Amino acid sequence: MTNWWPGRAARALVIAAALAFSTPVFALQPPTAAAQDGFVPVSRAAQQETIPAARLVVIAYGFAWVMLLGYLWSIWSRLGKVERELLAVSRRIDAGERRG
Amino acid sequence: MFMMAPFLIDGAPYESTMGLVQKIFYFHVPSAMTMFVSAFVCGISSAVFLFKGRAAADRLAVAAAELTSVFGIIVLVTGPLWARKAWGVWWVWDERITSTFVLWLIFNAYLLLRKYGGAGSERLAAGLAIFGMANVPFVYWSVNVWRTLHPKTTVVPTLQPGMRGPFWFCVTAFLLLYVLAITARAHLEAERARLEEIYLSIEE
Repeated sequence: MTNWWPGRAARALVIAAALAFSTPVFALQPPTAAAQDGFVPVSRAAQQETIPAARLVVIAYGFAWVMLLGYLWSIWSRLGKVERELLAVSRRIDAGERRG
Repeated sequence: MFMMAPFLIDGAPYESTMGLVQKIFYFHVPSAMTMFVSAFVCGISSAVFLFKGRAAADRLAVAAAELTSVFGIIVLVTGPLWARKAWGVWWVWDERITSTFVLWLIFNAYLLLRKYGGAGSERLAAGLAIFGMANVPFVYWSVNVWRTLHPKTTVVPTLQPGMRGPFWFCVTAFLLLYVLAITARAHLEAERARLEEIYLSIEE
């Protein structure tokens, strides 16, 4: 009876270690068999969902729109700034030439 | 075209295993295709600048690198949103996803080098862009060579008619937007060069 403790404890430790190391592996497994080779169309999407797809789709499209519009705006803004600076410099040059 | 795209995507059929979330595909893949095109434009223009010394090619390379980064971030954000539902995880360090991330990092390194590298950094950045371009075929073929969770390259050629139309419409919209953006961005770079020339002539 005095000898049981190390053996049980060691077994428990081995099991705990195995579970701890296997958890990330289980977490990486896909819960559904998502199509990899080709897409098969259906007329309706599944009604019951654990993760709401609509929110993910809206965020994805919203992000793409914001990024693209934001980038176009940034080009327009930077171009405007450079063109204003060009105009100011050329005015200064013209004024200098007239004085000189 | 971007206004019309959501209506076409809404009308496209659902995919049997993924359902609604698969609709991210219509923006995710065209963004990835545009990112690849942009990486090629940047790499080729950088090679022209490096070997022929043409300043216009360098300006085009800067514009293309910035656009590779922009389209890359769209790919890297929309992908995990799709993966969360389809695979149950936001991110997996598999070959396709990791190599795409590395490609995006290379072009961001190019932009950082151009901004903070100082004099002569444009030649070093051009070399980096050529290696970035060389990474594109590896990213594309990675799903066929290694076992990954990511859909394979067979998906696009085998798309059903209901999905094919909206998909190619979105690809066209993204590529046209790319042409518009790169023209404007290269023009900005040309204007900056003109301003710099004026300042240099004043100093002299």
